[in-house]
Formats: sequence, C-alpha cells, structure tokens
Amino acid sequence: MNSSDRPFSTRLVLEAGRADRQYWQDLWRYRELLLILAWRDVSVRYRQTVVGIVWAFIRPFLTMVVFTVVFGHIAKIATGTTVPYAIVVIGGLLPWTLFSSVLGEASTSVIANANLINKVYFPRLIVPLATVLVVVIDFAVSLSILAALMIWYGVVPGWQILLLPLFVLLALLVSLGPAIWAAAIVVKYRDFRFVIPFVLQFGLYVSPVGFPSSVVPERWRLLYNLNPMVGIIDGFRWCIVGGDSPIYLPGFILSLAVAAFFLWWGVRTFRRIERSFADVI
Amino acid sequence: MTDTVIRAEGLGKRFIIGHKVERDGLLREAMTTGARSLFRRGAEFLKGRASNTPGETEEFWALRDLNFEIRRGELVSIIGHNGAGKSTLLKVLSRITEPTRGRVEINGRVNSLLEVGTGFHPELTGRENIFLNGAILGMSRAEMRRRFDEIVAFSGVGKFIDTPVKRYSVGMYVRLAFAVAAHLEAEILVVDEVLSVGDAEFQSRCINRMSEVAGSGRTVLFVSHNFAAVTALTRRSIVLEGGVLTFDGPVDAGLAHYTASLGKPERIRHWGRGKDATLISAKLVDADGAATENFTPGTPLRLKVVVETTGMPGMSLVAILRDHHNLPVGLYSSASFSNIPLPTTAGRYECLLSLDPLYLAAGEYNIDLQTTSTAIVVDHRVDGAVQFFVNACNPGSVGYDFRQDQGAGHLALRLSAPLHFESLSTEEAPSLHSDRRLG
Repeated sequence: MNSSDRPFSTRLVLEAGRADRQYWQDLWRYRELLLILAWRDVSVRYRQTVVGIVWAFIRPFLTMVVFTVVFGHIAKIATGTTVPYAIVVIGGLLPWTLFSSVLGEASTSVIANANLINKVYFPRLIVPLATVLVVVIDFAVSLSILAALMIWYGVVPGWQILLLPLFVLLALLVSLGPAIWAAAIVVKYRDFRFVIPFVLQFGLYVSPVGFPSSVVPERWRLLYNLNPMVGIIDGFRWCIVGGDSPIYLPGFILSLAVAAFFLWWGVRTFRRIERSFADVI
Repeated sequence: MTDTVIRAEGLGKRFIIGHKVERDGLLREAMTTGARSLFRRGAEFLKGRASNTPGETEEFWALRDLNFEIRRGELVSIIGHNGAGKSTLLKVLSRITEPTRGRVEINGRVNSLLEVGTGFHPELTGRENIFLNGAILGMSRAEMRRRFDEIVAFSGVGKFIDTPVKRYSVGMYVRLAFAVAAHLEAEILVVDEVLSVGDAEFQSRCINRMSEVAGSGRTVLFVSHNFAAVTALTRRSIVLEGGVLTFDGPVDAGLAHYTASLGKPERIRHWGRGKDATLISAKLVDADGAATENFTPGTPLRLKVVVETTGMPGMSLVAILRDHHNLPVGLYSSASFSNIPLPTTAGRYECLLSLDPLYLAAGEYNIDLQTTSTAIVVDHRVDGAVQFFVNACNPGSVGYDFRQDQGAGHLALRLSAPLHFESLSTEEAPSLHSDRRLG
C-alpha cells in the first residue's frame, strides 16, 4: 500500500485512562469517514419516500402556518414591529429547527451506530458531527421558505442579510454542545432518549420563536438570554428585518458565553464517556 | 526487519457486569430505591458518571496480565474457547476498547476486521456500500477507487452492483462484504473469526487471499476456530484460557495445547451476552433429567437450555453438533425446523430440547448454541456450550464399536427394514425360488 496515502502516526501507546493525545489529529485524519457517514445518512434519509427532500420544507412550513394562525390571528400577539408576523415566526423557527434537529438527531446517533462503535476504531465524535452535516442540508432547503415569504410580503432585506451565514454557524455552535453531551449520555442512560424530545418541545415555547424577545420585560432580559438560542434567534431576525428587530447586545454576548460553556462541557463529557462506549453500548 | 510492532505488558481488561436493571440503564431501579438515591443518581448522571453501588455489580476480568511481543511480518493466530478473551484482546489492540491495566505499544497502522460488512446499509446499493464499508475499515477513497474493480470481480456480484443490498440473497451479501474486507491492507491486520461465513469454495478463496496478504510481509493477527485456516495462515499461536495466556509458540503445538484443554472437566467460562436473546446455561441430561456427560447412541439427545430473551419476536434457538475435529455434524434450528421461535414475553426460560435418537460414533462431541434473529444474524453464540462423550457405539448390539476416529463419519447408518439378500445368479435363481415356494 502506498503509505503516503494516509500518513498515520507510527507509534501508539494504549493504556488505561490515558488521554489520547492524538485525538484531535485523528479526528482530522478521519474526515473522509465523517463525510461518508454524512453522505450515507443523507442518501438514506429520503429513500422510499414519495416527496423526498420536500419533507425538509414541509415540517417547518406547517409549523409556521400553525404559529401564524394561532398566535398571529387568534391570540393576536403584539410584535411591536411593522414586519408581517409570518416573517417574525420563520425568523425564529428556522434557527430553532436547526437547533432541535441537531440535538434530536445527534442524541441518538451513537446508539444508532452501535454496530460501528463495537467493531472499528475511529474518533467517536465523528458520529454526532456527521449528523450535523445532514441537518445542515435540510436547513438549506428550508431556507427557501424564508425566501418565498420575503418575496410574498415584499420585505426587502438590508445589508444585515449578508451576516446570515455567520448566525447559521453560531446556531450550529450553540447546538453542538448539548448535542455532543446528549449523544454520549444517551449511551449510558437511555432515559434521555425520552427526555430530549420533551425538552425540545418545551424549548420551542420558551425560546422566542412565536414572539420577539423584546416582549420580555427589560429587567428579565439578561436572564432570558441564559437560553443561548435567544441570542441566536434575535440575531437571525436582525439579519432578516434589520433595525426593526434590534439585537440586545449584552444578552447576545451572554448567549454566546453559555453556548461556549456547553460546547466545552459537551466535548469533555463525550471524551470521558467515549472510552467506555464499546463496553456499555 | 524484525522489530517489535506490538508489545503488551501486563495487559488486563475488566468488565463490570451489572444486574439486569442497571444493564438496562433505566431510572426505574433508582425510583424504587427511594428519592434520595434518585437525587444522587440524577446528580451523577448529569456529570456522566457511573452510578453503580457495590453489591449491584460484579467484576469480570476478560484478560489478565497478558505479556507478549509481536514482530514485524509475523503471522500469529489467537486461539481459545469462546469467552477466553480472544475478541476482547483484538478489541483492545484495535483501540475499540481501552485496557484496564497494563499497556500496549503499537508501532504501525492497525486495521481491524472484526466482522465483515460492518456498517453495510440495506438501502444503499452494492457500489455505495463498498465505498461506505471501505471508509469504515479505514481505506482512503483513492485506495477504494483503485481497488474497486478488483473488489467487484472478487465478490462475483456482477450486474447487481447497483441494486440495493437489501435485495441481495444472503450469499451475495456476504460475498460482497467479504470482498471489501479481503482487499483491506494494513501494516498490521487484525482479523476476528470472519472466515466462517460463505460456502466452502468462497472460504478457500478467502483463505488464499489472506495468505497472499500474509505473504507480503505484513503482520497478521488472526482469530479462528477453523484449524485448517489457522494452520494454513499462521506460524505462531497464542492460546488464551479464561483471559490468561497459557501458550505462546509454534502453531502445531498451540493447536495441540488447545485441543488438550478442551478435555478439561471444569471450564469456567463467561458466556457473554446477546443483544436480544442470551444463552445462560446448557447441559446434556439423561432420561431422568439429571446432568450427564455421556450419551448413549440410540436414545434421544436431550439438552436443557436456559435462555433469556427481551421478547424480540422471531428469535431462534440453534444448535450445531460438532465432532472432535470441530467439524459440523448436524444442525437444529427451532424457528427454521420446527417453526417455534423464542417466547415473545421478556424473561428467562428453560427448555428441554429433545432430539430424535442418533447412532453417534464413539468419541467426543461439542454442541455450539446460538440465538439468531434471521438466517445469518447471530445474536448470541456460545461455541462448545455443551461437551459430551459417546463411550461406545454398537448399533446392532453385536459387540462392534464404531468410532469417530475411524474416519468413516459420525453416524452409524441404520436399517429401516430387515436386510435380506436375494440371489441374482442367472442359472440357479429360478430353481431356488421355486424350491422356496415349495418349501
């Protein structure tokens, strides 16, 4: 074999409790596997469905319709802006769906790939990371709802729309921490398989999806931003409608700090439990 | 080059075996043991720590204090009974699981092949699965592309390469899976018992292919129950018994050591667990239900098997009778032969498997037990679960002892009607007949 294909490090020591110094290096070396696993999940996801990838569009669309009808027309929630309510909702729903799909899919990813975990070595982080790529593709499709609504209501985005990709990345970062944590913890305590869907359902109403976060009283606002999705959703809306939905900066920074903490904690927990994956899965 | 590629020093691996409730990893137990315990556990699992209190678990050392060295280019087989720690050792060497004690130093890239078709996805086509499986086994895409045609040719799947593998026959599926595996190349190749799949012709092709790999200067560690393959492929054997290394030396002596250890009366082994159905214990019993090691030819072969199931439907209990060379003699499958799957209510069951009388040749026999979910997916497998002896086989009560080692098979063939010789000599035959009629 051509050893220059994959320049694997030649010396390795396996010992109990030894933190693997090559882990992050290995993660990079196994990037091809990451892509292949993501590709597998994408190509299997909509096989033998009639409408295929359109499902990625239907689910957020219907949720948006329900929110618009129930909260916008029946409950008549005041948004405090001139922006159509449907756009306010979709601006919150898209990042929320991204978050909840990443967390939902990643949390069961390790047990779903138990056969791989038991039979081959690779940095286990690849498994939840691959599901993130799959979710991103769905997300890209669902962005078309946003585009369609903006055309329908004649909303012209400002320069802020150019920052949208940045907020997509931030949304991923926010999701990644809890997702990685959940992926590891579910291996040990299958209870969390039942807890996570519930938390996500709850989170949909706690996060400012159906309303702008400006409706939260000023003195509670910083506290509210402990939910890291608050900062991200605010940022999303700001990108779409600009000054009509300003970002609350201290809260945004707090959201990012909370997200960074979750990411650190998630990776740390994952790395610790990961060593015994093959023994308990 | 004769430098060391693998050096194990004081290697040990411990498993914590929880009792049933802990194994499920559910909160139920925590709830019944009171709120305080629940809070404690709650706090612990938020931290991601184990919450096993003493008394609820037991330890099990799958490997104890192993010391060995393997040099570049060596071809080593690891042999031992089921549960002796062979697979655990391979898992440690291939970094799937971490050692509890001691250390292993590895110089070079290890690729492991613990199963064929790891990660195969039924919805994907043969072509897609080749790339997927290759990547999982650690081959690069460039490597895969280079070898793709070779793999397809080896598998013999041909025009079905773009069909989803869920439409493949079992045979095709296994061939394709093995074809990818057979083209896996590495500096150090670790291979678990994977040659036991496929038909004889395909197996021999695989062995040839493996010996090509082995012959090209690579280091190979190989686990198998197939003595022919072990002898053909390896020069050195490591024998494990109960997690302890009991022999390390030339392959012939290793096999002899292993065969001798089969006869030991007390084999303390751990049977491990299956996913949905676990074999707990099995014994040969006589007509009164008492455990025995001896079987009398011509009486029913009675096995008392205890099995635990999660209630998964369609599970089958399978028994394979083997002779003292470990060659298969016969098969019984509860789902396939009797249409009786395991019970679909979770729990532990005992069953008496009473097989039709066989006239087995004298000698030693082993029975492998398995639980299977479909024709090839073995859920839990215990090789040599039951060992028994036939002391003498004289089917006609004539005082002749038919033995296995005569090389004439294992079954004394029996008459279904009395044997009668009729003369066909042309001249005397008519008169003989008429004589008899007259008489």
